[in-house]
Amino acid sequence: MKVTVFVTPKKTVLDPQGAAVGHAMEHLNVKPSSDVRVGKTIEFELEGSDTPELRAQLEKICDGLLSNPVIEDYRYELA
Amino acid sequence: MKIAVIQFPGSNCDRDAYHAFFGVFNQPTRLFWHKRPSLAGAECVVLPGGFSYGDYLRCGAIARFSPIMNSIIEFANNGGPVLGICNGFQILCEAGLLPGALVRNEGMEFVCESAKLNVEDSMDYFNQGSLGETIDIPIAHGEGNYRIDDDGLADLEANNQVLFRYANNPNGSISNIAGIRNKEGNVFGMMPHPERAVEEIHPSRDGIGVIKAFLKSQMARQQKA
Repeated sequence: MKVTVFVTPKKTVLDPQGAAVGHAMEHLNVKPSSDVRVGKTIEFELEGSDTPELRAQLEKICDGLLSNPVIEDYRYELA
Repeated sequence: MKIAVIQFPGSNCDRDAYHAFFGVFNQPTRLFWHKRPSLAGAECVVLPGGFSYGDYLRCGAIARFSPIMNSIIEFANNGGPVLGICNGFQILCEAGLLPGALVRNEGMEFVCESAKLNVEDSMDYFNQGSLGETIDIPIAHGEGNYRIDDDGLADLEANNQVLFRYANNPNGSISNIAGIRNKEGNVFGMMPHPERAVEEIHPSRDGIGVIKAFLKSQMARQQKA
């Protein structure tokens, strides 16, 4: 099963990297109408199918390793 | 006090920390590779600065899952003294031994300079009476912007857990925070590098006071226990 995890900085946390990217967009004459937020994507395969057990395993690695709940949010897609 | 300085792949202040604790303070000090399963009787743990695991994923995020960290978490939860400097502070936050997190500096700049710190009245030995009102300690980091939610910050302030604040905030840290301790007073984290301020050739020797305060406060705690 293919897992894609998306990690983004929490809305309440300042994202200096996103702000810098936003400035660069303006240099290309594109003005974003919101804050730009830079996150990351993590892709991997897991054996098994979409079961509560598999989701529990995923939560275990998302919450603490792949993302830090103090500063980041995550969501994942299974395919 | 038997000191363990932990080495992760990418630590680069481990020998400076070793030098400060052994060379300057004459404490029996050993370097511990992160894959060791135990602390082998160490009485104090130092997590040094650097870029453990190349700062991959997040600063300190992967080091937090190194084999020795289980022993360190247990040691800290039993009252054992732990000091995290720079990357070590980031690792302690990732491990949940200290509250909050450290993110990219506001302005994206890597800051490398001597920073003036205002000393807070936090606890025995970590106060203005022992350390003076301000001290000069080098900083060198790209991700030292301390973040915590409002409730967490209120808790820190209510329990006098802030050790130092920047006189001129170099990185956007909330409430100018440069270093904190846990509520119990045995786990300490700071972005500035006291081990780089212990010799004549260093920009200041104010790090001596900080390390002395750490050792004395922890020796006093253990005598009480």
